Amino acid sequence: MLEVKDLHVTVEGNEILKGLSMTINAGEVHAIMGPNGSGKSTLSAVIAGKEEYEVTSGSITYEGRDVLEMAVEERAQAGLLLGFQYPVEIPGVKNIYLLKAALNAKREAEGLGEIPAPEFMKLIKEKIAEMKMDASFLQRSVNEGFSGGEKKRNEILQMLVLQPRLAMLDEIDSGLDIDAMKVVADGVNSLRSEEHAILLVTHYQRLLDYIVPDRVHVLVDGRIVKSGDADLARELESRGYDWVLEESAA
Amino acid sequence: MSEETQHFLDRLADIRAGRESEPTWIAARRQAGAARFEAMGFPTRRDEAWKYTDVRAIARGEFALARDAEFSPASAAALTLPIDTHRLTFVDGVFAPALSTLDGLPEGVSLQPLSAALVENHEAVGGPLGRLTGVEFSPFSALNTAFMEEGAVLRLAPGTVVEKPITLQFLSRRGEAPVMSHPRVLVQAGGRSQATLIEHHVGEEGAANFTNLVEEVILERNAILTHYKLQEAPLADLHIASIHVEQARDSRYTSFNLNLGGALVRTDLISELNGENATCDFYGLFYGEGRQHVDSHTLANHNAPHTFSNENYKGILDDRAHGVFNGKVVVKRDSQKIEGFQSNANLLLSDRAEIDAKPELEIYADDVKCSHGTTTGQLDEEAIYALRSRGIDRQTARGLLTLAFAGEVLEEVGLDAISERVELAVAGKLPERFNLAGLVEVAVALDDE
Repeated sequence: MLEVKDLHVTVEGNEILKGLSMTINAGEVHAIMGPNGSGKSTLSAVIAGKEEYEVTSGSITYEGRDVLEMAVEERAQAGLLLGFQYPVEIPGVKNIYLLKAALNAKREAEGLGEIPAPEFMKLIKEKIAEMKMDASFLQRSVNEGFSGGEKKRNEILQMLVLQPRLAMLDEIDSGLDIDAMKVVADGVNSLRSEEHAILLVTHYQRLLDYIVPDRVHVLVDGRIVKSGDADLARELESRGYDWVLEESAA
Repeated sequence: MSEETQHFLDRLADIRAGRESEPTWIAARRQAGAARFEAMGFPTRRDEAWKYTDVRAIARGEFALARDAEFSPASAAALTLPIDTHRLTFVDGVFAPALSTLDGLPEGVSLQPLSAALVENHEAVGGPLGRLTGVEFSPFSALNTAFMEEGAVLRLAPGTVVEKPITLQFLSRRGEAPVMSHPRVLVQAGGRSQATLIEHHVGEEGAANFTNLVEEVILERNAILTHYKLQEAPLADLHIASIHVEQARDSRYTSFNLNLGGALVRTDLISELNGENATCDFYGLFYGEGRQHVDSHTLANHNAPHTFSNENYKGILDDRAHGVFNGKVVVKRDSQKIEGFQSNANLLLSDRAEIDAKPELEIYADDVKCSHGTTTGQLDEEAIYALRSRGIDRQTARGLLTLAFAGEVLEEVGLDAISERVELAVAGKLPERFNLAGLVEVAVALDDE
């Protein structure tokens, strides 16, 4: 589904990713872990098209398309969606406007017409119940005055409505208490299927108890230095990152 | 005398015929207006109050006076707000009884075209008319006085609470030649009376008429008036208006100055806060596109202690549109314990759009709370990115954010028919792909559940 080859990325002249390669297949859940400043968030941000990142070499291919040639909105329409670590507040734009405009944009890109209002209402109500959110959230401005946990739920709500082929979640667990974490994890798990893939970026093993990944990658200084299965995450939790650093230096 | 002023005054001959039934004082007032206009001439950009607004499009225009109010009822209906209301309709300034709805006026409410009030009630009208907005106020008020013959008089007896809004509808017609009108509006709200006044300027596409409006509003003790001025005149119309409000103790005046139409628009809104606890709220929204010029001048005069003014104006300018905002708060000596707040924010959607924003405070008392601020900016790129990251194209994202900006004023509007109309009008000026109607429908449906 997604292939990243020898990706080099700089931000304001500093090289953050220094030759990163990975492949994500449909149906898989990948987790990227690593110490602070290792470039974890950069990968998902570059895939989603965040503008201040400069790709100096390498490639990202998604279902045969050159991702780096696609506009931000085209990537989202094609099913590459990023759940932000710090979701932006958009005063005055109601959640429901965002959800409907985004869903219709995706449908338009897929050659479908606008979603009929009753069908949309039914879908929204179902998803908002899944996220254990109150319907009044829909009338509120996007993320405005939301608590940290509400913002994260709102990111997942968007995912549930838009059903991305590849959902990328950047530190979706930060700022969540244990109950909210379960709701968010259940939401993410409901996205899992043969057709969908998920890329989790996280600092802590904790999230991976709830969303068990197929592959875990350790990112250090802009490169993946170790990959493994879910056991690798547990090992990192108990032993920290130092042994991986030593191993990769050797 | 300049040719330009003479050109306008020549038209006075058209109104002098057939006015025998009028009181004699009206002719004297018209003469005083004409004399003053002649002496002042049209304002130029050398006049501080007109520094950013060039009125040569008016001064050099040729405008006749309309002499009939013919308008297809179906077209008029299409231009009418879907609100159950008492309504006086004017076509190019001429009263149109057939298009008006005057039946069922509650007791204590008198709503008349000025022409009728001058005949039937001239003693009551003669005193207040021209007291707040004299011929000295501006060349346009003098010109209005010179041509004073039609308009509206609304009087509310003490304690009268009017449930339905009262509408003054001004239709601008596309004719063979442009016309001018000088409507004069007088509102006298007795003690403890309450009403909502809608002033709706709208017309036929392609019209290019000049409207020169003067409104005087007197609120007695404890009176409450909400005044919506919805100006969506045809895009070639020229529109000058002054609204002068006098507020007694405990009265409350709320103004919504919503400007969408017109080629050249200037509104002066002034409130005299004359008694303790008098409060005025000024809300404004203007949207300019093409080469529209929209000028809003406001003034809150705190003439008494314990008075309150609050203002929030938002401007959206696209293409080569030019906006002017001048908001002034004046606190007289001894007007202690007053509060005057003012905020103005403008959004420029194009590099060539322009805004001149000037907040002013003049304070001669020492125990006051006042603040003012004005900001001008472009749309928030971070928010645009956040929307695009959900698949929403840039144009639609800009549209959503522009609407959100306007929404901060529209959410204060108490009449859904007006806020929805303005929201749709703003959305309509945004790129076509953006189906706001569909979004609003869903939000409304959800709200109704």
